[in-house]
Amino acid sequence: MSLAVILPILIPLSAGALSLALWRSHLAQRLLGVFGTGALLLAALWLLQRVWLDGIQVMYMGNWPAPFGIVLVADLLGAIMVLLAAITAFAVALYSLATLGAEHERFGYYPLLHMLLAGVCGAFLTGDIFNLYVWFEVMLVASFALLILGGERAQMEGAIKYVTLNLISSALFLSAIGLLYGLTGTLNMADLALKLQDTGEAEGLVTTIGLMFMIAFGIKAAAFPLFFWLPASYHTPPVAVSALFAGLLTKVGVYALFRVFTLIFTQDTAFTHELLLWLAAFTMLSGVLGAAAQFEFRRILSFHIVSQIGYMLLGLALYTPLALVGGVFYLMHHIIVKANLFLISGLVYRLRGSFQLKELGGLYRERPGLALLFLIPALSLAGLPPLSGFFAKFILVRAGLEAERYGVVAVALLVSLLTLYSMVKIWNEVFWKAAPEQGAAAVAPTNNALLYAPAIVLAALTVAIGIGAEPVYRLAEQAAAQLLDPQAYIAAVLGEAS
Amino acid sequence: METVMAFVVGGLYAAAVYMMLRRSIVKLVIGLVLLGNAANLLIFTAGGLTRGAPPLIAEGALLPDGAVADPLTQALILTAIVIGFGVLAFAVVLIHRAYEVVQAVNMDKMKDTDT
Repeated sequence: MSLAVILPILIPLSAGALSLALWRSHLAQRLLGVFGTGALLLAALWLLQRVWLDGIQVMYMGNWPAPFGIVLVADLLGAIMVLLAAITAFAVALYSLATLGAEHERFGYYPLLHMLLAGVCGAFLTGDIFNLYVWFEVMLVASFALLILGGERAQMEGAIKYVTLNLISSALFLSAIGLLYGLTGTLNMADLALKLQDTGEAEGLVTTIGLMFMIAFGIKAAAFPLFFWLPASYHTPPVAVSALFAGLLTKVGVYALFRVFTLIFTQDTAFTHELLLWLAAFTMLSGVLGAAAQFEFRRILSFHIVSQIGYMLLGLALYTPLALVGGVFYLMHHIIVKANLFLISGLVYRLRGSFQLKELGGLYRERPGLALLFLIPALSLAGLPPLSGFFAKFILVRAGLEAERYGVVAVALLVSLLTLYSMVKIWNEVFWKAAPEQGAAAVAPTNNALLYAPAIVLAALTVAIGIGAEPVYRLAEQAAAQLLDPQAYIAAVLGEAS
Repeated sequence: METVMAFVVGGLYAAAVYMMLRRSIVKLVIGLVLLGNAANLLIFTAGGLTRGAPPLIAEGALLPDGAVADPLTQALILTAIVIGFGVLAFAVVLIHRAYEVVQAVNMDKMKDTDT
């Protein structure tokens, strides 16, 4: 029994409920936004410390013994993901203070933000596969509402695609859960792992169910070939919402893939993980090629989310200890960098009033500090040393070479080069070239410290992960070791007797 | 009974996919409803169709007497129905708003964000 496991869910839930109760007071909602996410950050740090020192933390809801009740389980991967979610949320909450006006707050931006976080943290911490579905839905409904906050035409069009594909994915997920329950009679992930260790004659059926999970989570993670909802919708909502989505939502899908394909579906890795490898390669390629054809700041970044998801899947698909370390490291690097790039696109928008590259320009001369701030996460995304992206890619490439998968390594390196091309394109168009004769008018060129603080802190984290790569590597190594040893997870949940 | 249910579930999935492939956003939502119901019925069937008694345990006993129906599948479906209903309510409001903003129900008219 551990309080640390449930706090990251309870804090956003109660903050959200309180924000709803204080619907009329925007000031109270803003304060709750900052203090709620701040408290979540502290709780996440506490949880990570507990998991690091004492091993996997388990909480039995209502004291029902596993596998009968719902369990919350925090292993290192879950705890790391909760911490990253909390960091992103805190940064976005600060940024929202300075950018979101009454027109968004009036329709419940802050309560929705908290509910989204509760769903995300719940998905990272649950140890029950049906409960995972419920948290996914909590997260989805909150994200639907956040996506259309503001009600512009582009948002409606993007939201229809986003809602449809995510609901299809949920229905597939639910069908897979139903079949799995019919086969094994349990929903507890540890118990499922135990029962499916020896599949006997049902091996084909188990692999089929595994593939249904792969498709369902693949849609949520925006993996090839079902990623189209992402670049169609992520550039439409307010920047704070975009940054939160870019940092967190697809990564919940990636986390779910990591969880089920290391814990439950490891019977036929020659088939499932080989398929994942192909998916990873095509995801990387199609994302980066899509980005090359775009000339809108946030759409370029959206396509790069897709491309980066490929790298994380690569870590899972190679399924060696080093590759999983690389995958976890990449998750840590990517969430921070991606959220930051979206925040910076918002800063540019506030100065110039446009996301179109051809209407932008001359910002290096005008704001050299902002240009530098863009350069840190952009070069990290492309994988230049000594920033965090370099080490993440280095580990993955090395793992690929050790596994003798030269084809996919070549793809990863090529995609890295094309990422650099995209980032240089943004740099040239937005910062370097002379400002166009008649640009759009600035929205609100205020110099509020709150605007820049989140981006600066996230950039500092990127540099810190790069320079202090050793301790971060240790953390990822431990997390990967836990992923590769499902017995420890099973023993922690079901007790030593099993 | 399982065979009949399998055909019903399969038919529902097929109908859902057919409806979602149409160009109208109203039919799209109908397709999503059918898809959710198909998934619910699939859980119901996969969980085992038994003509058992209610899963109640007599006072003093530790196990139920004779064959009982599995209550968990029904609890799962109930949860899924409630969630599906909430999401559906949102989807209906969304297509209504989208219709007001775009002035069309045809999805081919909603390609502004794709280029």
